[in-house]
Amino acid sequence: MKFLRILLLVIVTIFASCTSNNDVPALNELNGLTKVKEITNTTHTIELYKHMGSLEQGFNEISLKIKDNTTNQYINNATISWMPVMHMAMMTHSCPKSPVTKLSVDGSVYEGYIVFQMAQNTTEYWDLKIDYTIGGKAYTMTSVIDVPASAKQRVTTFTGSDSVRYIVAYADPHHPKVGINEMVVGVWKMQDMMNFPVVDNYKLKIDPRMPSMGNHSSPNNVDLTQIVAGDLYNGKLSLTMTGYWKINLQLLNATGTVLKGEAITDAVSASSIYFEIEF
Amino acid sequence: MKNFILFTGLCFSIFQISFAQEKPIDTITPKDLKEVIVIGKKSQLFQNQAKPLATIDEYLQQSTKVDMIRRGSYAWEPMINTMTTERTLITIDGMRIFSACTDKMDPITSYVEVSNLSEATIKSGQQGSCHGATIGGSIDLQRNRSGFSNLGWDTSVNAGFETNSKQKIIGSAINYVERSFYIDTDFMFREADNYTDGKGQEVLFSQFRKFNISSTSGFAFDTNKVLEGSVIYDKATNVGYPALPMDVSLAEALITSLKFEYVPESSKIENWETKIYYNTITHKMDDTKRPSVPIHMDMPGWSDTFGFYSKVKGVLSSHHFIADLNSFYNRSVAEMTMYPADSNEKLMFMYTWPDVKTFYTALFFEDNIALNCHSSLKFSTSLANHYNQVASPLGLESLRIFYPNMKDSKNRVLPSISSNYSYDENGFSYGFGLAFGERAPSVSEGYGFYLFNSFDQFDYIGNPELRNENSLEGSVTIGYKTHKWSAKMSSSYFYISNYIVGKPEEILVPMTIGASGVKIYTALDYATIFNADLNLECQFSEVLKWKGQLVYSYGKDFEDQNLPFISPLRYFSSLNYKKGKFTSEIAVQGNATQTQYSPFYGEDRTLGFAVLNFDSGYSFAFEKVKCNVKIGIENIFDTYYSTFSDWNNIPRKGRNLFLNLAFNY
Repeated sequence: MKFLRILLLVIVTIFASCTSNNDVPALNELNGLTKVKEITNTTHTIELYKHMGSLEQGFNEISLKIKDNTTNQYINNATISWMPVMHMAMMTHSCPKSPVTKLSVDGSVYEGYIVFQMAQNTTEYWDLKIDYTIGGKAYTMTSVIDVPASAKQRVTTFTGSDSVRYIVAYADPHHPKVGINEMVVGVWKMQDMMNFPVVDNYKLKIDPRMPSMGNHSSPNNVDLTQIVAGDLYNGKLSLTMTGYWKINLQLLNATGTVLKGEAITDAVSASSIYFEIEF
Repeated sequence: MKNFILFTGLCFSIFQISFAQEKPIDTITPKDLKEVIVIGKKSQLFQNQAKPLATIDEYLQQSTKVDMIRRGSYAWEPMINTMTTERTLITIDGMRIFSACTDKMDPITSYVEVSNLSEATIKSGQQGSCHGATIGGSIDLQRNRSGFSNLGWDTSVNAGFETNSKQKIIGSAINYVERSFYIDTDFMFREADNYTDGKGQEVLFSQFRKFNISSTSGFAFDTNKVLEGSVIYDKATNVGYPALPMDVSLAEALITSLKFEYVPESSKIENWETKIYYNTITHKMDDTKRPSVPIHMDMPGWSDTFGFYSKVKGVLSSHHFIADLNSFYNRSVAEMTMYPADSNEKLMFMYTWPDVKTFYTALFFEDNIALNCHSSLKFSTSLANHYNQVASPLGLESLRIFYPNMKDSKNRVLPSISSNYSYDENGFSYGFGLAFGERAPSVSEGYGFYLFNSFDQFDYIGNPELRNENSLEGSVTIGYKTHKWSAKMSSSYFYISNYIVGKPEEILVPMTIGASGVKIYTALDYATIFNADLNLECQFSEVLKWKGQLVYSYGKDFEDQNLPFISPLRYFSSLNYKKGKFTSEIAVQGNATQTQYSPFYGEDRTLGFAVLNFDSGYSFAFEKVKCNVKIGIENIFDTYYSTFSDWNNIPRKGRNLFLNLAFNY
């Protein structure tokens, strides 16, 4: 018996020491992510990762790693910027995006978000240009990326009553549950074809409804507001049951004027701007 | 009403009666205030009843303390002292059973049959707190059992038919008794179509079908030790609820118990009874037979209960005492799945009862002191611990939408105390009592989630933060009795603090399609309920007997608003003729117009009515077979009426002819 106990202790110790020797941070940084794309130029390969499957229309949190093609080592001292571009028949334009930042000091994973406000089709496509510098030397690579339409509406583009063009996208919860969900949404405006800055100090009102069940609502939702300028908007989404929910939206500017969207009444069953979730 | 027998003694069980020959009971026995409705004795149903094969609901509503909320032909909800299920306690031989339906379509009385039962003991207010916490009172349904007397076989067959609803009833009982062993079995089946009301209109979705089988077996392995096992299996299918938007496809119960009874010889302890029990209920609502529903939904519910009690009865000089330790564990789950019209959409699912676990333990003590041969003083007290836990994480998250800081469990302590004085001399008797008791919110009141009430058209949300409801109660009884006639008046007054009701929350949007709004369970400061009843009986001659009943009820909240389901003045009168083997009875039953109704809770003014019933019976023997034939007409004049307690004013049955047959050998 005593021998067995000692043996067990030894095994546990060995096991514990083994795991602690491994490169844990790098593994954890990619935890739950899947590789969606590899882009290569002569010097480097960039791996794009995303939580839950592939890129699609809407808000995409993207992680990336840069691998040196000769040494096969991941770079951890790069400065990165990106530029997604939609190529349409008559024009090109970009979309809302965040800067690319490093996830942790020791790791080699960089992350940011891109909001594809429209999906590709047979003639129109997105490409992604990534510019990066390593040790003062600049590199670039560009590749076409696949952005299919999302199954449910996760992003909406509209012109507000102030004649400004806005993009509102659903970011979180990825996995909605019955109960109160922390909800995250982004609000951007179209400054020009290539620049889509975050809109600050607005308010996004939400009214989740179930159209299949008499269009009933849920109680105690908290409208989305910004905590820090430049950030995404936070609120609370309450869902009383599983199924298909239409989250009706109203966008209000800093003075409380409704720029777009309608309140739900007996006569108005849905707002002109909305998100959809189904779980 | 010949089936009211007022026992003037301690709670006798059949067992005790069988031992009574060996051990005479004290000469002075204190009075106990309770009302007993005899349903059956041994294999035979009570033949003095106007309609022996009546449902348990029809038996119970003969009591002046009991009213029935009716949602269809089947499974009426008993109210005691005009209080509904949450405020009352209904047990089967002391066992706790909890309904599995969030819409009260299955009161536990719907899971037993008259063939299972010997009697129903009705106690008012805190006098009924022996088996659990109550406000309004208790009904204990006692199982039928042969005991160890009348050795041999005893078989009976019952059959019945009713013209209105074409109800067919067939039942049988086979009992076998030996000196140290007995086994009773019974079976009953009922099937009814839709009934027609007094205007001759068919009341759609009022059909039902029910099957019940039960067995009790006892074994005496010493002269003073008995082990007894009991099983009831009850299954109702295709039950229509014309007053509700849904029907029931299945209501199924398995009720089991094992009891050990010990009668110590030459001891202060008269009887010591210990029982363990288990029961499980499955209930499935069904909307598939309705012509048009806004959305199809499944609403099943389950309730499982394990419990035990150990009860000692004893005599210590003039003190007749009872001590009872009882405990149960219940698990109640109910869910709702809605099927969207677009079949590609995901199903909508939620818990309406979020897997609520209740663990209850109580100690009850009663002392009935015979002060002298005329008066007695009864004192009883109990202290209970009531623990609730929400076991479903999804259900807990749902409730946290309304109560973000809600904990998954809650503990409550429920005290009860009551005292009664009674006096009886030369036919004149009186008594008065004072009591205090508390109850915990029911599963629906505490944890219900969007429970649609089709009476006031609101969705109800439970409130886990409710405080205990408590009741201060006073009661008075006065009676006078000669060999020819008797009169008894009893009244009770309840001052109920933290009275739990649903209050509309304007900002909330109902989930149920077509509902008027959402109500959240909350507590009123207080409400008061007063009930008074008068029972009269006169034996004009050896063959002719008259009975009369008059009941008055009153219920207001602290703002002087009417409470729901408060009975208007109601009366019953019957004239009974009995000569030899022939019996006949004519009875009138009616209500005054309901003037104190409550629109806030969905009530409207219900008109008064009176209906006339007649029955006649004859008993005869054919060799060894004893037969009893009963025929009768209910609602002779085919009156169209509904009562204050008919859900959504569904009309009652029109004229109905019945035939009941019983054979016993």
